Amino acid sequence: MNSRLRWRKFVSGFMLSMTGVCALVSVAVLFFILGYLVYHGGTSISWNFFTKLPAPVGESGGGMANAILGSGKLLLLATLIGVPIGFFGAIYLAEFSGGTIAFVIRYAADLLNGVPSIVIGIFAYSLAVHPFKQYSTLAGGFALGLMMIPITLRSTEEFLRGVPNALREASMALGASKWKTIASVIVPAAYRGILTAILLAFARVAGETAPLLFTALGNQFWSRGWNQPTASLPVMIYNYALGPYEDWHRQAWAAGLVLLVLILVINIVARAILSRGIAVPRS
Amino acid sequence: MHASARPAVSVNIPPIVTSAAPRDTSAALSLRMTISKVNFFYGSKQTLFDVSMGIATNKVTSLIGPSGCGKSTLLRTLNRMYEIVRGARLEGEILLDGQNILTQDVTSYRRRVGMVFQRPNPFPKSIFDNVAYGLRINGSKTPISEAVEKSLRHAALWDEVKDHLHKSAYELSGGQQQRLCIARALAVEPEVLLLDEPCSALDPISTAKIEELLVQLKDLCTIVTVTHNMQQAARISDFTAFLLTGQLIEFSPTPQLFTTPGDPRTEAYITGRFG
Repeated sequence: MNSRLRWRKFVSGFMLSMTGVCALVSVAVLFFILGYLVYHGGTSISWNFFTKLPAPVGESGGGMANAILGSGKLLLLATLIGVPIGFFGAIYLAEFSGGTIAFVIRYAADLLNGVPSIVIGIFAYSLAVHPFKQYSTLAGGFALGLMMIPITLRSTEEFLRGVPNALREASMALGASKWKTIASVIVPAAYRGILTAILLAFARVAGETAPLLFTALGNQFWSRGWNQPTASLPVMIYNYALGPYEDWHRQAWAAGLVLLVLILVINIVARAILSRGIAVPRS
Repeated sequence: MHASARPAVSVNIPPIVTSAAPRDTSAALSLRMTISKVNFFYGSKQTLFDVSMGIATNKVTSLIGPSGCGKSTLLRTLNRMYEIVRGARLEGEILLDGQNILTQDVTSYRRRVGMVFQRPNPFPKSIFDNVAYGLRINGSKTPISEAVEKSLRHAALWDEVKDHLHKSAYELSGGQQQRLCIARALAVEPEVLLLDEPCSALDPISTAKIEELLVQLKDLCTIVTVTHNMQQAARISDFTAFLLTGQLIEFSPTPQLFTTPGDPRTEAYITGRFG
């Protein structure tokens, strides 16, 4: 009996430490990556990195200003495409549809969310690049926008569903139409959550590389317009990391650091917005 | 289980307006609303059977009965809130000021019949914006701040909130929130105010305040309230309707229903033998 008890205590202790170690490892990975990036890329981050074009091969120095601006343009386009479609789709899903239609839409959105980003890239290539015989910023934004749709849709829907039905009834009973109720009661009640959802979707696509390889391509210079190829941070990292020059490698590390910090900041801001509380008490 | 199979009750007389009034009342009583032979269904399940009754102008009418008797459903037919539930269907006729409510535009109709719910459900907005909501969506002509003050005074809340109208409504206590909901409903000056167990989530002191308020408010509009607190119905209402399994069993002036009930089932319920 006594040995049995000791064995049980040992198993319990062992499992507890196992779970603890695994939890620690999952957190440590993030800090390890961050530390590694700071170690390799930190020294290459300078004012020039943010303001200068890439230096010609063989010259040292230069920056990634074109890639930073390019990423900004691509993400702007992606947001303009992905957020309205995801947002209004979520309103339809949460407020108007029911039963089979909702199930089908939700299921399709989850599948789209699971489509590998390289497949999205090929799709965007055949739709927005091949017919025009032209790699472009627009095509890149289109590809990233497609990826933002299901993320925005599903999380916005969750937050809309979190708004108590009592508020819908209160508004309808005052003679508000369904649309008025949504616009002036439901969405304002859920806006923190919706904003968070949008920010997270934004952060999610900010680091996507594969869809951009086929669409925005990359560019060593300033992009000359929306219908021209553009540089972007993820593609720049890809190209520079594979390049043969020591200086390129350092620049790639620096670009990785900038990208990661950007995504971390967005995530932290999103958490902060959400933690200020959803204004509606759950009943 | 159909009403016609039951012994005839005076209120179930066919829908001539005056005869739908509670029995034994003076002929001078005018009716704000008339409910005639209403049958109600959720999908294939029938929850109201042949209900006919009148709602007297500027009086408090209480609907009582055990849980699931259909009293909330009946209340929700009066402002057509049942329509937001999929598969809900109503047969029969309901009149407001002599006009069929089912043929009117639903949003403008609901402005004439306000509703207060079981749990206080203020919007996540300021106290002021809660009361102003109905006025704003209606594009009210009167200055909004005056109308808000008037409604808050009617709801006996003005003195408690006048110094912080722009605070969130969620900072109020439960009883204050419920009075805010009453003010919100009153702001659009409805002809009828429906209350669905307005005190069931409140403490006795807040309940007393709301009961007192309802009695005062009947000069302003016609009141229909659902309660499963019989004492409350006895305290505040002029007329009481007793429902059981979707049927209107008895509808009388309140003192009469509670002292000399005309149906043995009413007597069994009010004496606490079931429910």
